[in-house]
Amino acid sequence: MFKDVNNKKVFKMKNHHYPDEDEILLRPIYKTGKGFYALAAALSAIFLFGIYRYIRQLIFGLGETGMNEPVSWGFYIISFVFFIGISHAGTLISAILRLSKAEWRRPITRMAEVITGIVLLIGGIHPIIDLGRPDRILHIFERGRLQSPLLWDVTSITAYFTASTIYLYLPLIPDIALLRDRGNKLHKLYKILAWGYQGTEKQKHILERAISILMVMVIPIAVSVHTVISWIFSMTLQPGWHSTIFGPYFVVGAIFSGIAALVIVMIAFRKAYHFEDYLKEIHFRYLGTLLLVMSLLWFYFTFAEYLTTFYGHEPPEMRVFLYKFADGYAPYFWLMVVCNFIIPVVFLSNKKLKTIGGVLISSIAVVIGMWLERLIIIVPSMANPRLPYPTGIYVPSLTEISLFAAAVSAFVLGFMGFSKLFPLISVWEIKEGRKESVSIVTERLNEYLPSTRSTEALKEI
Amino acid sequence: MPRYGMIIDLNKCNQCEACITACKLENNVQIVSKENADMGRAMFWMNMLTISYTRNYPDIRSESLPMLCMQCDEPPCIKVCPVRATYKRDDGIVAQIYPQCIGCRYCMANCPYTVKVFNWFKDEQPVENEKTCNPDVSVRPKGVVEKCTFCIHRLQKAKEQAKAEHRKLREEDYVPACAEVCAAQAIHFGDLDDPNSNVSKAMHDYRKFTLQEELGTKPKVYYLSAKTE
Repeated sequence: MFKDVNNKKVFKMKNHHYPDEDEILLRPIYKTGKGFYALAAALSAIFLFGIYRYIRQLIFGLGETGMNEPVSWGFYIISFVFFIGISHAGTLISAILRLSKAEWRRPITRMAEVITGIVLLIGGIHPIIDLGRPDRILHIFERGRLQSPLLWDVTSITAYFTASTIYLYLPLIPDIALLRDRGNKLHKLYKILAWGYQGTEKQKHILERAISILMVMVIPIAVSVHTVISWIFSMTLQPGWHSTIFGPYFVVGAIFSGIAALVIVMIAFRKAYHFEDYLKEIHFRYLGTLLLVMSLLWFYFTFAEYLTTFYGHEPPEMRVFLYKFADGYAPYFWLMVVCNFIIPVVFLSNKKLKTIGGVLISSIAVVIGMWLERLIIIVPSMANPRLPYPTGIYVPSLTEISLFAAAVSAFVLGFMGFSKLFPLISVWEIKEGRKESVSIVTERLNEYLPSTRSTEALKEI
Repeated sequence: MPRYGMIIDLNKCNQCEACITACKLENNVQIVSKENADMGRAMFWMNMLTISYTRNYPDIRSESLPMLCMQCDEPPCIKVCPVRATYKRDDGIVAQIYPQCIGCRYCMANCPYTVKVFNWFKDEQPVENEKTCNPDVSVRPKGVVEKCTFCIHRLQKAKEQAKAEHRKLREEDYVPACAEVCAAQAIHFGDLDDPNSNVSKAMHDYRKFTLQEELGTKPKVYYLSAKTE
């Protein structure tokens, strides 16, 4: 029915007559400022430079990087673990908030899910960048050995990517339908993507059912992904890697860095698109509390990991341990402790400092700190082999640094592109919240609270 | 089926490094440029691992081991390979399939002996090298992992020779380049399961040890300790 040109006009007119109450959420889709183009151009330049360096690497070989022997894994694997870690922001946090019926989740979930989608794609490409022979990548499917942890990784990441894109897409459908009904340039795309959603009672029920099934499914998948990534390391014999704590340690670190990345993204778009009315200080305070909890958990895991290493005092393990604590990697190690533990705890446990600015500072610190953690896990173990070889040196080359910059700019570009197609805050969930939240929460509260009858019952006794 | 193994007598080894040179030439191991070598990308299938230095400057002495792939019976490298580019043959040799390797370097990360090498670049080889290239060994492309194979091509050749002459493979038919070239005769090579082989006889020595026995990788390269006193 919308194919008709006349009809389209009617819908546009409608839009003019009855502006949506959440118009500001949809505005970025229709209006694009100069700053947007300037930023997009700058980021594209960085991205293209990264592509250029990668093509060079393809032609000349992995020697373009700073990797050598014995440090045969470097920036690429660090980025891989780091980006996949960030991807836990999304789906996992959104699923947990939905599952726990936290009403303040409504403006947050969408952005969290988008982070997962984009970052998972970027992170998933990194092992391929790291391959010496990317032209033989299909060997993994053709003659893959399921006993190799790398294969588990391929499996779990593809599963997670599938689940999280569906999980991003399903709650997007009502918003796409809204955009379709308003009618604009991309009308056809929205019409296809909306799957004929009209917002009837039955459709809504099916959608909500699908979302609630997915959000339960997505949690074990998300946990498995980072566990399996940690197993790439802990299944080896390398000192510093061969540890049973690695699975949960990586998962905690992933959620930790994920929340931090989510906060940064939220604050950036809040400022850029004027979402102040939707993302209030209370949201950041709540996320700050979550971040604080994860920071303490992270510290607990780190402490447990290194204390057991120290008391075990095996010579190869101790070489790595001392390399991190007192030798070459000491500056990075202690900076990581400051970024991941001291800054978040100081800012987030103090009521006066726990403002939006404070949460932002600690989030930036955590993202840097978690990147450093990946560096500290990967390089020192490789640089100190078990046999008394001279300690390896690793200095990343321009190729590696520019590919990391390209990955970061691809992330921002992806987000910017998404914001021009779909609303960054779930419009229908906001509307639903406005309509139903208060009554639902009151009802739920009444269920928890003891009734006044109990005191009367006491009198009777 | 034989089980090939090696035993290196450190009492006889005078660290002349002839085995390293022989290995490099025999297996067409790439000669990398000086800049790459300085970065730690020099390629050796066999190398000297210096354990410690004794005495002081003018007459300094190093205690070194010739290091090569240990050809473990429980190789950690094949456990993690995602594409079966490295595998253990029935005769115990851990072999590499270069056209299958995707270059993920996971096997390098998991080798506790750090003996696998990667083709970071394809450097231009010295002109003199053309004349010394061994036609029996394929040249590896860039981006794959390689390592010592106990000169597996020599085994192939010896087997075919024996077959053509209608006889069984003799012990002296198959010897890797390092063992062949060793002037001090410190390297013995042969079938570990054959009680009459040189290796098996050399094994009856209280000085026998393997590197990092505690890891349970069961190396088939043994050493005889230099400390006799």
